[in-house]
Amino acid sequence: MELSYTVAVLIIPVFMFLFLGIVGVKLSKKTAGILGTVAMGITTVIAYTAALTYFFGTDQGQVIDGVRQQLTVLDLTWLEFTKNLVIKIGVLLDPISAMMLIVISTVSFMVHLYSLGYMDGERGFQRYYAFLSLFTFSMLGLVLATNIFQMYIFWELVGVSSYLLIGFYYTLPAAVSASKKAFIVTRFADLGFLIGILILSFYTDTFDFISLTSDPQAAISTAGGATFLGCSVMTWALTLIFMGGAGKSAMFPLHIWLPDAMEGPTPVSALIHAATMVVAGVYLVARLFPLYAVDATALDIITVVGAFTAFYAAAVACVQSDIKRVLAFSTISQIAFMITSLGVASPELHHGVGYMASMFHLFTHAMFKALLFLCAGAIIHAVHSNEMSAMGGLRKYMPICHIAFLIGCLAIAGIPPFAGFFSKDEILVAAYANSPLWGVWLSVVAGMTAFYMFRLYYKIFWWNNPDYGHHTPHEAPMTMTFPLIFLGLVSIVAGFIPFGEFVTWNHEEYVIHLDWSVAGTSIVIALIGIALATVMYRKENNIPEQLANRFRGLWTAAYHRFYMDELYQFITHKIIFARISKPIAWFDRRIIDGTMDLLANVTNSASFAVRRMQSGSVQTYVWFYLVGAVAVAAITIICLI
Amino acid sequence: MFGCGVYGFITRRNMIAILISLELMLNAVDINFAVFNRFLFPGQMEGMFFSLFAIGLAAAETALAIAIVINVYRAVRNVDIRQLTKMKF
Repeated sequence: MELSYTVAVLIIPVFMFLFLGIVGVKLSKKTAGILGTVAMGITTVIAYTAALTYFFGTDQGQVIDGVRQQLTVLDLTWLEFTKNLVIKIGVLLDPISAMMLIVISTVSFMVHLYSLGYMDGERGFQRYYAFLSLFTFSMLGLVLATNIFQMYIFWELVGVSSYLLIGFYYTLPAAVSASKKAFIVTRFADLGFLIGILILSFYTDTFDFISLTSDPQAAISTAGGATFLGCSVMTWALTLIFMGGAGKSAMFPLHIWLPDAMEGPTPVSALIHAATMVVAGVYLVARLFPLYAVDATALDIITVVGAFTAFYAAAVACVQSDIKRVLAFSTISQIAFMITSLGVASPELHHGVGYMASMFHLFTHAMFKALLFLCAGAIIHAVHSNEMSAMGGLRKYMPICHIAFLIGCLAIAGIPPFAGFFSKDEILVAAYANSPLWGVWLSVVAGMTAFYMFRLYYKIFWWNNPDYGHHTPHEAPMTMTFPLIFLGLVSIVAGFIPFGEFVTWNHEEYVIHLDWSVAGTSIVIALIGIALATVMYRKENNIPEQLANRFRGLWTAAYHRFYMDELYQFITHKIIFARISKPIAWFDRRIIDGTMDLLANVTNSASFAVRRMQSGSVQTYVWFYLVGAVAVAAITIICLI
Repeated sequence: MFGCGVYGFITRRNMIAILISLELMLNAVDINFAVFNRFLFPGQMEGMFFSLFAIGLAAAETALAIAIVINVYRAVRNVDIRQLTKMKF
């Protein structure tokens, strides 16, 4: 295959990871950073070439009868257990993986570049770049996977690199516990994913995506009428696979790790916890969408989980005071939009517009959310605090950052012509097409999005004008502002990409046409949200204070994220640890270990008791022997007579 | 004769003397084998052969015991069994 050079996008980062990981400490920090960035640049060029060749090339039969083909450009057999159980490893190019190639390589390259400035002078700079390379490798491997098993391997690898990067400041207890939390929660979700994979492949006899999705009806029917607890096994498999996706994508109730993950360096939050890794769950559902499309129950579960999470996260984001946490909850909310969009998509409604909308939003969201996070990083860099109370009036000090952040906010709020408007509009169209309930629900959440993003914006750049003392905030260095400018431009123009031509659920072209009744309403709602934020937060005043006091209970609950963390704490500590783990530990220590200890102790004390008899005098032993022999002889004789 | 051997084995202090007592016991057993064979089963020869084996074994065992005694003497300059009580708990 011509496109087989795509595999280089996996080889270069993994090589860089090994190189920087092993000999990185020998290099100077600058060399290591530049090497990592250059390697990432090369990877980006290759990824772009591959993706653009895939979308626009004409000579390889990518498009047959208006249907874009899925190309397996590399296919190696890795493990062959039996004739049926073969695990392959390869590279699959299809519309969504090619799109993800662009997203991941762009954001990753920008973050590499940005980190040169942001992480300047940090301890473990080389290690940081090694981990970034590892993450890029794993994420690209995940999207290019040809089969679900390969995807699972890379899925775990991104989990590991996320863990390593969240815990990058390993001397801070908060970072350490956040990394553990992220790892354990996602691992727990991956358990569901693994069981789902096993059920699915048990009934369909294949791991391969193309054979799974090319004929979903057949795949479903091979399961026959097998049911479990009232649902068919396929529903169970798909729901469990979605559970893995929900863990990675921080869907309620598995979202608790993402806000804490903000303890990691900010560029990492931008790359992993906003743009790429957290959309892996969306990608997974999209990858298996033809299967989900024939299973209404699984789709309903996805819709409900997504819609609820979108609302919940938006509500929490309205009251948080740490800027990275606001962004984290807005990420959760936006990903929930994509998930809901997949949930409401079905082939009959508008040619499966929800699928296209979800992928479109994934693309634009990655760009503007990375932009927002990188801006937040620059702001934190300037004022040395995550708290909004330490900021205000920054528009005078950081003009580039201000404009870039404003673009990001407008994009996420859905104001034309910024990117978020187009993709969010498609999602709303899909939701209204499915049912008015979800349409109205998502419109409300979209309004809340506009409100909390502009609350954040005004609190940082307007509000009051605190005395920064001798330490005046200043614009970030060039390596940091360039990614902001670039991503800002992308966020402006990305909405005009005719996305329907490239990515649709059945790989046929779909022409996007704006539905002005939906688009108009969403613009009005977004403007209302922005206006509300403007009234409340443009200048320092006490309206927010009064409102918070009026709804004290609600405000406190939202500020504490509706006590989800406390609930988890309660369940794990009071119920699982105290009621289940403790008795098991007691049984293990007392009963199982106790039995073994008892045996050893009996032998020990018995030998202590008889040790006096071992005097060392040989003739005493002979006496014992003689007496014993005579006694035995006597007993024998008595018994015989 | 066996009784003499047992008595000597238990009471003598010199290891060489103990060894001699051991030989006495072995020889007593040999004689018993030969005599009982002659009187109880005159037609068979097992007892005779058994005493022959025992004589051969006794020779080997004596050589071993002498070697041990010599080594013990070299190590502690003493062949008194009552002094050799190092190997106790």
